[in-house]
Amino acid sequence: MASLWEYANPVKFMKVSGFLLPLTAVLATASIGIGLVWGFFFTPDDFRQGSTVKIIFLHVPSAFLAINAWAMMLVTSLIWLIRRHHVSALAAKAAGPIGATMTLIALMTGAIWGQPMWGTWWVWDPRLTSFLILFLFYIGYIALWSAIEDPDTAADLTSVLCLVGSVFAVLSRYAAIFWNQGLHQGASLSVAPGERMDWAYKGPLYLCMTGFVLLFLALVLAGTRTEIRARRMQALTARERAQERGAG
Amino acid sequence: MMPDLGAYTTEIVSAYLASLSLLGVLICWIWLRARRVKRALAQVETRLKRKTHG
Repeated sequence: MASLWEYANPVKFMKVSGFLLPLTAVLATASIGIGLVWGFFFTPDDFRQGSTVKIIFLHVPSAFLAINAWAMMLVTSLIWLIRRHHVSALAAKAAGPIGATMTLIALMTGAIWGQPMWGTWWVWDPRLTSFLILFLFYIGYIALWSAIEDPDTAADLTSVLCLVGSVFAVLSRYAAIFWNQGLHQGASLSVAPGERMDWAYKGPLYLCMTGFVLLFLALVLAGTRTEIRARRMQALTARERAQERGAG
Repeated sequence: MMPDLGAYTTEIVSAYLASLSLLGVLICWIWLRARRVKRALAQVETRLKRKTHG
């Protein structure tokens, strides 16, 4: 069996991702399309939330990815720090804007849902606040990558920022449990007995979550491929300049 | 065709529109950047090949 580290080779990664990218993109489009149409048009109103329950098909998958995108960045950042594989640092860089967008969608849909249900767009609730801080960490992470010219130094510093930000990713996930207060409820999908969501909602929700995960994968693959090409271009341009200087 | 969303039509429709618009912007940005970088790399590679082979 091929070692996982083989995919740290940019040539191998480009080959494999070239095959996986269209596949994940098509599956993501189909899953999200079917899931959202099912959720929006064919789910009944909830006895407490009324028709606003339809917002969970966007809110839960985006919140799930907001946290897990950071977890993926943490793993790839650790791989960079320990094994110095460039592809893993570039994958973390590519995931930053995607995670930030997912966090923004989660915050926005949560606020839109909160207004009619809680009577307010925003409260300084532990989960909402930790999500806002996570969003600021995403913005800081993206800004740090753009601010540093040397790619290896940028990868080092952003990896350290990612380690620090992981505290807030964990807090975002477990804030409702840690503090046991605030307006936000616990997990929407729970395996605990008596906390079962009806399949009328679970079906489209699982489909949307699968679609969002596949979309994340497709976008990270596309973004990483672009970063690899940009890095190669940078290296070739530097070599060209050095040759010109040598000839002159 | 549109389901009856009752008093929450504005909230639900705006949540869907805002989320899908953000996803659309993200996908377009990644796609356009990929195209731009791919084209720029091809230009650099062609230039270098021409220089190497005279």
